[in-house]
Amino acid sequence: MADPAPIDPAATHETASHKHGRPLVGCAWDPAGAWIAFSAEDATVHRLTAAMGAAADLPGPAHDSWPWALRFSPDGTRLFSGGYDGRLVAWSLGEPAAAAWLVTAHDGWLRGLAVSPDGTTVATCGNDRTVKLWRGADGGALATSPGHESHVYAVAWHPDGQRLVSCDLKGFLKEWDAAGAPVRDLGRAEALWKYDTQFRADIGGARTIAFRADGAQLAVGGITAVTNAFAGIGHPAVCLLDHADGKQALLLEPKDKQQGVCWGVAWHPQGFWVSVAGGGGGGWLRFFRPGEAGEFHALKLPANGRSLALSPDGRQVAVALADGTLRTYGLFAKTA
Amino acid sequence: MPAFDSPACGSAAHRLSRRALLGGMAAAAAGGIAARPALSRTVAGSGKRVLQIFLHGGVSQLESWDPKPGTATGGPFRAIPTSVPGIHVSELLPFTARQMHHLGLVRGMAGGSDDHGRGQREMFSGRDQPAPLDVPDLGAVVAKACLADEFPLPGHVLIRGAGGGPGNASYLGPRYAGVIMEDAKPPAFTDRPAGLSAEAERRRAALRARLDARFTGRRRTADTEAYTFSHEQALDLLDRRQVFDVSLEPERDHDRYGRSEFGRHCLMARRLLEHGVPFVQVNHSNYDTHFENFDFHVEQLGEFDRPFATLVEDLATRGLLDDTLVCVMSEFGRTPRINAGYGRDHWGKSWSILLGGAGIQRGAVVGKTNTDGTEVIERPVDHGHVFHTVLRAIGVDSAGSFHVGGRDLPIADPAKGPITELLA
Repeated sequence: MADPAPIDPAATHETASHKHGRPLVGCAWDPAGAWIAFSAEDATVHRLTAAMGAAADLPGPAHDSWPWALRFSPDGTRLFSGGYDGRLVAWSLGEPAAAAWLVTAHDGWLRGLAVSPDGTTVATCGNDRTVKLWRGADGGALATSPGHESHVYAVAWHPDGQRLVSCDLKGFLKEWDAAGAPVRDLGRAEALWKYDTQFRADIGGARTIAFRADGAQLAVGGITAVTNAFAGIGHPAVCLLDHADGKQALLLEPKDKQQGVCWGVAWHPQGFWVSVAGGGGGGWLRFFRPGEAGEFHALKLPANGRSLALSPDGRQVAVALADGTLRTYGLFAKTA
Repeated sequence: MPAFDSPACGSAAHRLSRRALLGGMAAAAAGGIAARPALSRTVAGSGKRVLQIFLHGGVSQLESWDPKPGTATGGPFRAIPTSVPGIHVSELLPFTARQMHHLGLVRGMAGGSDDHGRGQREMFSGRDQPAPLDVPDLGAVVAKACLADEFPLPGHVLIRGAGGGPGNASYLGPRYAGVIMEDAKPPAFTDRPAGLSAEAERRRAALRARLDARFTGRRRTADTEAYTFSHEQALDLLDRRQVFDVSLEPERDHDRYGRSEFGRHCLMARRLLEHGVPFVQVNHSNYDTHFENFDFHVEQLGEFDRPFATLVEDLATRGLLDDTLVCVMSEFGRTPRINAGYGRDHWGKSWSILLGGAGIQRGAVVGKTNTDGTEVIERPVDHGHVFHTVLRAIGVDSAGSFHVGGRDLPIADPAKGPITELLA
C-alpha cells in the first residue's frame, strides 16, 4: 500500500460533502475517525460516516433550539450536544443511537462545552454567566462556578486535564481547577471586544477556544477591529495567549482583512493553527504558522464557515457551513 | 442609523432657541401662526398621556412580539406564555410577558418602508414618506391635544440615549416641539447662577417682558412669538427644575428599574408622566442587527425588558395606566430570513408593535402573520392606522383637522383610520 500523501495545507481541497438543507451550526469528528457529527438550525443533531456514506438523525426531540456545541467523548462512545435552549444532551452512540441523559444546564443559552481528556467530566458555559461541570456518565451536577460578569461564550480543558479556561463576551478569561474552583484570572483577549459608543452595545466574545497540544498556549477566536458592529464590519481574529501569564503572544488576522468572525480554531499536530471564518467576506479556512500573524495559506469556502473539526489523524478538516452543507477538506495534494 | 441627530451644538439652550426659531419660521411658511385646532376641547387638560418607547434600528418582531419557534425563520429563541392566556412572546421578554394583561399587540404591520430615515418619519408622523407637506410628529399632536393652557411644563419631552428624532412640531409651532433631555439630565442651563437672587431674576424677567411687549406691539411676527414663548418656557423650567431630576426618585426604584441607562430613562419617564407631561418618548438603541442578530437581541432586549415592564407595572399600580397610552415601536421590523451572518435585515412587510393602556383593549392581539412570518394574513395595517389609533385611544378625533393660515390640514392621514378592534 502506498504511503499517504504528506500533509500540505497549501494543497487543501474538498474531499466530500453532505447536504442537509438547513444552515448548520456545529460539527465534531469522533476520536476514532469513523464519524462526523453535525447540528443545524432546525434543532437537530446528526452523525454520518467520515466518508459521508450514510447519515443518520440522532433521535429527538432533545433540543428545541440550535445545538451549537458538539463534542465526542474521548472513547467515542458518546456525543455531547449543548443548545441555545440551555440543555446539555449526552447521546449514546450504540446501534441504535439514543439520548442517554439530558439536563437543563443553563438559564438561557448554553454557548460552549468541552469534555475532559479522561472523559469523566463535561464543562459547559452560558448566558447565565456561569461555568458548570457535569458527570459524563449520568449528567450529575458537579459544580457551578460563577465569577464572569458577562455572558460566557466558550470553555476549553487544558490538555493536562487538571484545569479549564473560559472566556466571556468582554474577552475576560478565567481559569478553574478540575473541580470548578477558581484558580486565577487569565488575562483578556482584549482585541476581541469593544464597547461601541455609537450603538451602545458590547461587541465581542470568544466564539471558540483551543489549546495548543503542549498546553503552553491557547487560541481564542472571534472578531476584531470592528467599525460597524451591526453590519459585522470587522475581521476574524485569533488571540494567541501564553498560558503561563495570560499575555497575548500574537494576534492572527487575515492578510487581506476580509470581514467576518473566527468561529472555529484547532491546533494541528504538525505544528500550525487552522481556523474557519464566516461573515461579510465569505467563508475561509486559514492556516497560520507559529510566530506569524498572517496566514501562510487561505482557502475560500463556498459559504460562511460556522464550525470546524480536525480529523484525529490530522489529514482532514470538517466544516459546518451556513448553506446547510457539511464539507470535508483534505490537507494534502489531490491524487490522480 | 440615527437619522435626525444633527444639532449644531449640544446645548439644550441652543436647541430651545433654534427650535423656537425654526418652529416659528415653519408656522410663518404655512401661512401664519397656528390657530386653535379643531380638537375636542374635552381633551385638552384631560390628563391623557402617551408614553412612546422607540426601539431604534428596527427591533426584530420574531425576537419580540411575534415569535415563530421551530420554523426556518424563527431563530434560536423559544416563545413563552404571557399573563394573557394564548398570547406568547419571545423568551427574551420574561418581565414584559408578565404585564401583557395591560397591553395589546399589533401583529399586522405591513407596507412600511425598509429605509431607516423614511421609516422613522412614517412612524413619527403617521404619513407616507416623502410627504408633500411637513407635518407634526405624534408627540407634538398629542401635546397640542392634551396640554392644558396653564400647564407649566413642556408637553412633548424626548428622553434621549442614542438615536431619536427632533420632536418635529411643524406648523403647530414651538410650544409643541420636543424638548430633548439628553441622558435624562435636566435641561442644561436651568440652574440660576449663584450670584443671581430670585428677586433679581424676577425683576429681570419683568423688564424683558415689558421690552418684549413694547417691541411686539409694533413688529409682531411668528419669530417674535417664538422667542417670547422660549423665554417663558425657560423660566417655567427654572422654577420646576426638580421635576427633571431623576435622582430624587427613591434608591429602591433605581434598583427596581436597573442601573442601566434605559432603566434610568424609564424612571425619568415615570416621573414626567406623574407630573402630567402629555407626551414622553424614550429611545432605546440599537436594533439594526444585520449581523449576529441573536446575540445583539439578547443584549438589547435584556436591557429593555425589565425597566419597561417595571414602568408598565408602576403605571398600573399608581392608577396612571388608565390615562396613559403606552406604545413600543420601531421604524420597521427585520427579515424573517436569517442571513449567513446570523443577522436579519430591514423588513417593513410583516412586523409588530405594542400598544397598551389608555383606550386600548387589554390583552388584545390584532393582525396575524403566516407560519414563517413572511406575510400578514389578517388585518394588515401601517403607520397611518397606528397614528389614528393612538389619537383615538386618548380621545382625539383623528379625522379632524388643524386650521392653519386659512387652510384645513388633516390631523392624521385621511386615507387611513384607527384600528378599531384594538380600541377599548
